[in-house]
Amino acid sequence: MCTYQTNLIDVQASAKGPKGWIKATQASIYFDHPVHAPSTHSLNIDFLDLTSGPQGRVALELSADSARKIATTILDLLETNSHLVEPEVK
Amino acid sequence: MLDSLVAQTVSIAGHNRDELEAYLATPSDVSSVGAVVVIHHMPGYDRPTKEIVRRFASEGYIAICPNLYSREAPGADPDDAAATVRALGGVPDERLVGDVKGAIDYVTGLGISNQKVATIGYCSGGRQSFLAACSLKLDAAVDCYGAFVVGTPPEGMPLKIGPVVHMTPNLSCPLLGLFGREDQYPTPEQVSELEQALKENDKVYEFHMYDGAGHAFFATDRPSFRPEAAKDGWAKIFDFFARNLA
Repeated sequence: MCTYQTNLIDVQASAKGPKGWIKATQASIYFDHPVHAPSTHSLNIDFLDLTSGPQGRVALELSADSARKIATTILDLLETNSHLVEPEVK
Repeated sequence: MLDSLVAQTVSIAGHNRDELEAYLATPSDVSSVGAVVVIHHMPGYDRPTKEIVRRFASEGYIAICPNLYSREAPGADPDDAAATVRALGGVPDERLVGDVKGAIDYVTGLGISNQKVATIGYCSGGRQSFLAACSLKLDAAVDCYGAFVVGTPPEGMPLKIGPVVHMTPNLSCPLLGLFGREDQYPTPEQVSELEQALKENDKVYEFHMYDGAGHAFFATDRPSFRPEAAKDGWAKIFDFFARNLA
């Protein structure tokens, strides 16, 4: 299937791609056809630097199980280290 | 099958006369043949799509695929271009129709054109093939498992995609539809709804629903590939074009 489903969220992130680090300001998250992953569908995340054109992208294509494990691990780590979390710089 | 063909990148005038990149394949040593506009899927103007273009040329048709992401991502890798356009909300329907019109004008301007043209699209391109056939004068159209011809996408998506089944009265040509029974976008029920609309409007159509196949069963580079369905589907496409583009 071609889900079309796409979630866009604003982020403060740095990501490293083939041309070095980019300052990502948006993440595009969708469950749809991957380009490279060996499955019909995958959980895809594009970290985007909107000022750098199409090449300003670091892409992930995750299996559903991997995406869940990563999500759980991220939430656990943030909870454990909540006393260290800094507010985002606006 | 013809062994001799020429494949190349050309420049065409799309919607609003915007300059677009397009992949053109033409059979050699032919004098008067039909043309096929291939509408690429959401993953973009990629290698598998160009292979499809060459296949049509090897079967004796002029074939062209406009790069629908030319404006937002000129020269980018297909996957980067697809991600960019996805994040920007996708290809607007009006622009798609204008770009297909530009491709039609280009191929019918070639000396070997017999002035007959079909569209074919896969996945999101299936919906766009139907959209083009309801918006432009065509001789044939093929919808390969296009989602959201029928049915409304989830709310809140940035992609500006809506159902187009209400355009059925304007369908200008015979329609061939190829679908997988295990597909969820479109579901067999949605395919039936489209078929009902075609019947009610006295349109000429042929639908084939393949058992054991889901979405993207033509895609040889994906696990969804179903060789038997794809082989039969290709045969049905060429039979359909032989009858409508001669």
